[in-house]
Amino acid sequence: MKISKIVEQIPPSGIRVFFELVLGMKDVISLGVGEPDFVTPWNIRERAIFSLEEGYTSYTSNKGMIELRREIAHHLKTKYGLEYDPEEEILITVGVSEGADLAMRAIIDNGDKILIPEPSYVSYGPIATLCQGKPVYIKTRPDNGFKITSKDIRASCDKKTRALVLNYPNNPTGTTYSKKELKAITRVVSASDLTVISDEIYCDLTYDFNHTPLPTLPGMKERVIYLNGFSKAYAMTGWRIGYACGPRNIIAAMTKIHQYTMMCVPIMSQMAALEALKHGDRSVQEMKREYRRRREFVVSRLNEIGLMCHKPDGAFYAFPSIKNTGLSSMKFAQNLLKEEKVAVVPGTAFGESGEGYVRISYASDLDKLKEALMRMERFLLKARR
Amino acid sequence: MNEILEILEKDARTTPEEMARMLNTTPKAVKNTIKKMEKDGVILKYKTIINKEILREEDSSVRALIEVKLTPQKNLGFDHLAERVYQFPEVTSCYLMSGTYDLLVVVEGKSIHTVSNFVAEKLSPMENVRGTVTHFILKKYKEDGDILKQQEKSKRPAITL
Repeated sequence: MKISKIVEQIPPSGIRVFFELVLGMKDVISLGVGEPDFVTPWNIRERAIFSLEEGYTSYTSNKGMIELRREIAHHLKTKYGLEYDPEEEILITVGVSEGADLAMRAIIDNGDKILIPEPSYVSYGPIATLCQGKPVYIKTRPDNGFKITSKDIRASCDKKTRALVLNYPNNPTGTTYSKKELKAITRVVSASDLTVISDEIYCDLTYDFNHTPLPTLPGMKERVIYLNGFSKAYAMTGWRIGYACGPRNIIAAMTKIHQYTMMCVPIMSQMAALEALKHGDRSVQEMKREYRRRREFVVSRLNEIGLMCHKPDGAFYAFPSIKNTGLSSMKFAQNLLKEEKVAVVPGTAFGESGEGYVRISYASDLDKLKEALMRMERFLLKARR
Repeated sequence: MNEILEILEKDARTTPEEMARMLNTTPKAVKNTIKKMEKDGVILKYKTIINKEILREEDSSVRALIEVKLTPQKNLGFDHLAERVYQFPEVTSCYLMSGTYDLLVVVEGKSIHTVSNFVAEKLSPMENVRGTVTHFILKKYKEDGDILKQQEKSKRPAITL
């Protein structure tokens, strides 16, 4: 069957082959996982089970249950002083993935350019392409903590530039931005009249300073499509639920697409999310403390065994350089997998500028992390000999 | 709670070096804090949690919860009586309770007979004990925060982006 030109245009993921290799191998310690190793807290699972027993099995409003939207509004207000109208400025989406898709479809016209800092989570570029937009990758560097600067943005902007995608704390680098750094970015965003799609899914997992949501900054609320969800903070990846907040015309446009393509998010997930917001905070804090300890452990061990690694401020990823091994990211990952049965993700999965790095997820229990790092140390000793 | 305690409560074998890494401090600082907590009695001791549910028959034991009603002693209240009860090595836990009885005593023995002998010969005849009700535990599901079942393997795919 003939495939559309636009889909043909999206390059196949080179990482797929490596993934198959990992999945086909037994007894692998995987540090390649992009989701929490905790199961969803029991109270949340129990609420979903109970909602099924009660017979909540129908469609909901396209935008999502109003109770949930109200709870999200309340949560954002109390936590960040951020005000969104639950009736018109919040949309429940099938994870941030759908949120990003809807946001780009709502704003991109043919040929519009979308700025994407790299290394980047894998979906933004292909979504932009599917919308007939043009992804423009801005490379970030480790000497700057993989942060994008206002200078970088200005240098990449032209008349066709429509939007900037920000993802902080970042997958795969773990980098996040302080309020001051964000403010500098907002100035160029306003000056260049850009919309920002701000994916803040890892916002609850910052370890050194409090997270600043982009729309809380002056002049940003009307420019930002704020995306968030329940996957990472509440260990709810499989529930596929998130939300988008933004100016009402944008949310109305996104809702229009969502109602024809998705209808609504499954009601069970919405019930579970409601419980997560109401009673989940204790679990979040516990998880966060655990992640922080693992981060300290992993980063200090990586540096000790000779893989230079900046300390990530958030999420649950370390992004060490493997340049001194003389191997490419892919070769490093393949050899490590074959020789020591440890799986990491080659940095090139996240764009060209990921070459020379690997992503290590510390969403694994400490025993596994200890063992994996021991194996990596052995691997490096052998490689250097 | 102190973060060192949080780590030790999960895994008492975590070494001071490992903890120092996790908490971004020195092994010496960790050792000192632990020593102090041991001295103050915050840390009582380090034990292994054994899942006796899956031990072989001959090594297994039975446990009973016993409600004990007491007549309090003048000037001494319940503490002195509790002490006389909890000193028995058969008693694994002992709590003063609110409600319809006074002490909740957990007793462990090789068999139902050992436990009932203990109740009949040691506990019930004690002065000030007005009555006992014994409940034998049939199956343990969870104890002190640990689920007594082999952990199921993670259901996550080994690699995702």
